[in-house]
Amino acid sequence: MNSSLPLLSLLVFTPWAGAAVLALLCGASATMSRVLALVFSLSTLALGLVVLRAFDPARTTPQFVEHHDWITALNVHYYLGLDGMSLLLVLLTGIVTPVALLASWRVDHCPRMFGALFLLLQGAALGVFLALDFFHWFLFWELSLVPAYFLIKLWGGPGATRAAYQFVVYTIGGSAFMLLGFAAIFAATGTLDFTQLAQLGADGTLAQKLTALGGWGPRAIFLGVLLGLAVKVPLFPFHTWLPPAYAEAPTGASMFLTGVMSKMGVYGFLRILWPLFPAQLHAATPCLLWLALGGVVLGAFAAMKQTDLKRMVAYSSINHLSYCLLALFAVSSATGRPGLSSEAATAALSGTLLQMFNHGLSAAALFFCIGILESRAGGRRGLDDFGGVRTAAPIFAGLCGIAMFSSLGLPGLNGFVGEFLIFRGVFGLDPSAAAVACLGLFATAFFLLTFWQRVFHGPSRQGGTTGEFRDVSGVELAALVPLVVLMFVFGVLPHLLTGLFNPLITSWAGHLVLP
Amino acid sequence: MKMTLSAQHLWLIPALPLLAAALGALTPRSGRTPAAGAAIGAMVLSFLLSCGALATALAHPAAHATANFTWFAVGDGAVRLGWLLDPLTAFMCVMVSFVSTLIFIFSLGYMKDDANFKQFFCFLSLFAAAMLGILVANSLLLLFVSWELVGLASYLLIGFWFHKPEAAAAAKKAFIVTRIGDLGFLLGILWLYDSTGSLLFYDNGAGVLEPTALGGLAAQTTLCGLALSTAIGLLIFCGAAGKSGQFPLHVWLPDAMEGPTPVSALIHAATMVAAGVFLIARVYPLMAADQLLAGVPVHALTVVAFIGAITALLGALIAVAQNDIKRVLAFSTVSQLGYMMLALGVGSWVAAVFHLLTHAFFKALLFLGAGSVIHAAHHEQDIRKLGGLSQPLRVTFATFAIGMMALAGVPFLFSGFWSKEAILHAAHEWEVSHLPLFAGLAAVVLTAFYMTRLVAETFFGKARSHAAEHVHENSAVMTVPLVLLAVCAIALGFLGTPAFPWLQARLLGETEVHGHSLLDGSGLMLGSIVLVALGLGAGWAVYWRTPRAKDTSPDPLASAAPATIAFLGARMKFDELYAATLGRLNTFLAAFADFLDHWVWGGAVNFLALLGEFSGTVNREADEGGLNAGFDATSEKLRQTGQAYSHAQTGGTHGYLRTVAIGFVVLVLLVMLGGGR
Repeated sequence: MNSSLPLLSLLVFTPWAGAAVLALLCGASATMSRVLALVFSLSTLALGLVVLRAFDPARTTPQFVEHHDWITALNVHYYLGLDGMSLLLVLLTGIVTPVALLASWRVDHCPRMFGALFLLLQGAALGVFLALDFFHWFLFWELSLVPAYFLIKLWGGPGATRAAYQFVVYTIGGSAFMLLGFAAIFAATGTLDFTQLAQLGADGTLAQKLTALGGWGPRAIFLGVLLGLAVKVPLFPFHTWLPPAYAEAPTGASMFLTGVMSKMGVYGFLRILWPLFPAQLHAATPCLLWLALGGVVLGAFAAMKQTDLKRMVAYSSINHLSYCLLALFAVSSATGRPGLSSEAATAALSGTLLQMFNHGLSAAALFFCIGILESRAGGRRGLDDFGGVRTAAPIFAGLCGIAMFSSLGLPGLNGFVGEFLIFRGVFGLDPSAAAVACLGLFATAFFLLTFWQRVFHGPSRQGGTTGEFRDVSGVELAALVPLVVLMFVFGVLPHLLTGLFNPLITSWAGHLVLP
Repeated sequence: MKMTLSAQHLWLIPALPLLAAALGALTPRSGRTPAAGAAIGAMVLSFLLSCGALATALAHPAAHATANFTWFAVGDGAVRLGWLLDPLTAFMCVMVSFVSTLIFIFSLGYMKDDANFKQFFCFLSLFAAAMLGILVANSLLLLFVSWELVGLASYLLIGFWFHKPEAAAAAKKAFIVTRIGDLGFLLGILWLYDSTGSLLFYDNGAGVLEPTALGGLAAQTTLCGLALSTAIGLLIFCGAAGKSGQFPLHVWLPDAMEGPTPVSALIHAATMVAAGVFLIARVYPLMAADQLLAGVPVHALTVVAFIGAITALLGALIAVAQNDIKRVLAFSTVSQLGYMMLALGVGSWVAAVFHLLTHAFFKALLFLGAGSVIHAAHHEQDIRKLGGLSQPLRVTFATFAIGMMALAGVPFLFSGFWSKEAILHAAHEWEVSHLPLFAGLAAVVLTAFYMTRLVAETFFGKARSHAAEHVHENSAVMTVPLVLLAVCAIALGFLGTPAFPWLQARLLGETEVHGHSLLDGSGLMLGSIVLVALGLGAGWAVYWRTPRAKDTSPDPLASAAPATIAFLGARMKFDELYAATLGRLNTFLAAFADFLDHWVWGGAVNFLALLGEFSGTVNREADEGGLNAGFDATSEKLRQTGQAYSHAQTGGTHGYLRTVAIGFVVLVLLVMLGGGR
């Protein structure tokens, strides 16, 4: 690929250009706005595939690098780069965003602004996945909140204002600590470049320099960064903003929040926290492992108790993302241990990346399915508001069932591979944690099948909607079918994904030493 | 021409039905004939291929022919899968594909009026494909993948009439209960993978069932002084116990008959429950790796033997007090599976597989026979309301009677006798304990008794309901499979009689067959024949001699021992026990997690928010009252100036947003261009 074309900048800014176009086109009809938003959102997938063709998985350093001086006085660079992990998430964004826009086809309240905000959100997320300098990484990170806030507040349900407010304030609250932490890092090292900082982190120089600020320095700054990321993922117990935000958001926004934005936090853990603070993370893992297990087990059990279907899927997201963190913490915890099984470490890390991708597909699909249910039931989405939907809408039931079993980790579908690798890795590193996490697998099966039984099976409920329940429309099919097809594809051929990042993971696992 | 099939092409056996399932899923609802045709055609082809595989395997019975391949790479290693062809795989494939074919054909008749006919065949194909996948897998991971797909297919089929709440509940129960076992299985897999670095069964010396790995596993000690192989074996057994309905995870199996009867036949005979027994037979070298160790707390197989013995007895006891024709058969399955596990536990896996094969045919026969009865009697399943069906349903009755005698272990002519005899002999020779033998012998009496009761109540006496009075024999599409299965239920026993144990020898990889005189151990055989006679006689005396007069007349046994029969009739209250303990625990944990979220974590966040709000209020009051008063005068001036500019402010949010967006994009572009230089 010709290096003169700034592919990564195009990836990030094309959606924003789309947002600007939509914002300017006052007179555009609703349909035209929707089509425009969809076309611009598809640019990510198209460019992502272009990048994929030229991408060399064997190289573990960033590729397609764009590195320019920006604010020389602060040693800030405009630095974009992409490795296997970023590529995976770019592709995920490229898949989820258009699908989420298709799922929002029926949004009648000002579709033009909806599309514009959505594209802003998409660009910000891509910026997070591609930026390698903290300065603009953090700008993207925070900017993503603005469109998300308006999407939830203006297009959300009755409790949306409060949920959006809590979401933004909580996340910004966490980020503030991260910003402080990076201010200290900048003061100590004079750079905000992730690759440079990672090198400093790996050989322990970073911790030394931070100690110059005071003996508490490395630990306090680690905690600040941790907090910012933990809220975003979220790590148990910093998750209470999530269920209301996901539940009150409009369907398309819920899909994007769970499909893409929740990955920003895990990405931050892998890109920033772990490389910069290997020793501090290692020291904190006894506690963090329990928190991740709390998310896995209590997240799943709390989902069992929900009667609002969107809250139920929201809790299942907490459960699924906690698997990612569990695997990372298990690897960090075992770092430096004699006889550490590198096979287990690679399995755990591969599982984490796969799980991020697969959860994006299945959770987005599930949120969409619940959105469909909601739209048919006049805004109701309680566990007991339905019954016998499978009789009335067999195609919808089939597609939703596949999404559900993917989320449940059924072999043959995408979710299984990632979870199996995570469990295989965590078992090799910390068997008791894997055994406890099994409870989460059980609870997930339990609440998902309960959902399925109440909503899709049995006779039509009193005041239920079976009578007039329409099966999926063409637009809904266009959104669901690609997701479902990919669930099968990546369930049977996981190497399509693992091939992108396997050398990267191998190199990570090859450098598992504490400074 | 002799058709053979090598290990490389073994995947075709499960792939064909899987393809049929995929085609079925994509056919429109009206495509009944193509869907059913594809399913049956694929099954027949699978059967032919299985026969080819059997021919290959019998040519070299001692060989474990494998074809391994890499699924995907992880780090420097890889996750590898493979296919395995040995006599165990081949015999099982032939059985599963043959029985499935007959059940599929039977379903043509049984399900012909169902609106979801096409979907039914799609799910049946998936079920058979997943089961065949278990059989041909040379990797515990691939086996687990197929295993879970069997769970999925059973979920779909048990809940096939999903508009019935009981069917929907039974489907969920089957999935959840087997999943509890599967979690243990998964942990066993993970442990095995972590300890040996492989999940392939046979891999030129590097597989987990080969001496190198087994020696290492048996040599290590782990939790509670168990050998590592014991711990892993027991965890794997959890999965087998769940799928094969072993105590204490048997509770889902009787409920599984909420599915259409062909599904029950498939679950109880060829697929699903057979999977657990097969799994233990497959990993038998691992299960037995600790046998030579002394001083370990327990051997894995000992646990298997006792669980099997308990299950055999428990299932038979409960079956005595059931009134639903399918429920009696369901508990007989539980009991027979107990026998198979018992055989595995006492060290004779070939006897277990022999019984698994014979049982598959006669249990499929019995369930399809029950289906034929139910179909003819307008979906009446209560044996108290049936009766007198031997005349109108001649073929069904004759074949059902053969199945009944095979299950009851009527001597010499019927296959069940020979396979059960092999198990009892193995239990007799077990050195650890004779308790499993006694449990097995007790179950022999009970089996003969409850099967006599079932036949007497269903087919003799007079019809006791309107539905039972107006019955006609079913069409050939349903009766021909019965006849074929009945033939097998007799013939199959002669593959493994003590005089010529051909099947056992081939399973063990021997090419020579060493028979024993029938008189060896004849004491035990004689004893069990007497016990069968006792059971049959008691059944005859209680139920046959004086048939039930009305559907409401009391059961003679229930009159004699009401409390016991009520307890057994309520399935020993296992469901109630679980609901009161595990169910409550589950509910409690869910409520606890939700409580934590609402009140503890959410409370903490809200408290912080309140604190922030409070300090904000304090600040504001101080500012407003104190500092701001002075500014107000200045501000008034500013305000007046501001008014002059205010016409630019339209108050339209869209206008603002637009300006902001344009400004933002322009800024970004400027920065980019600036940065690019």
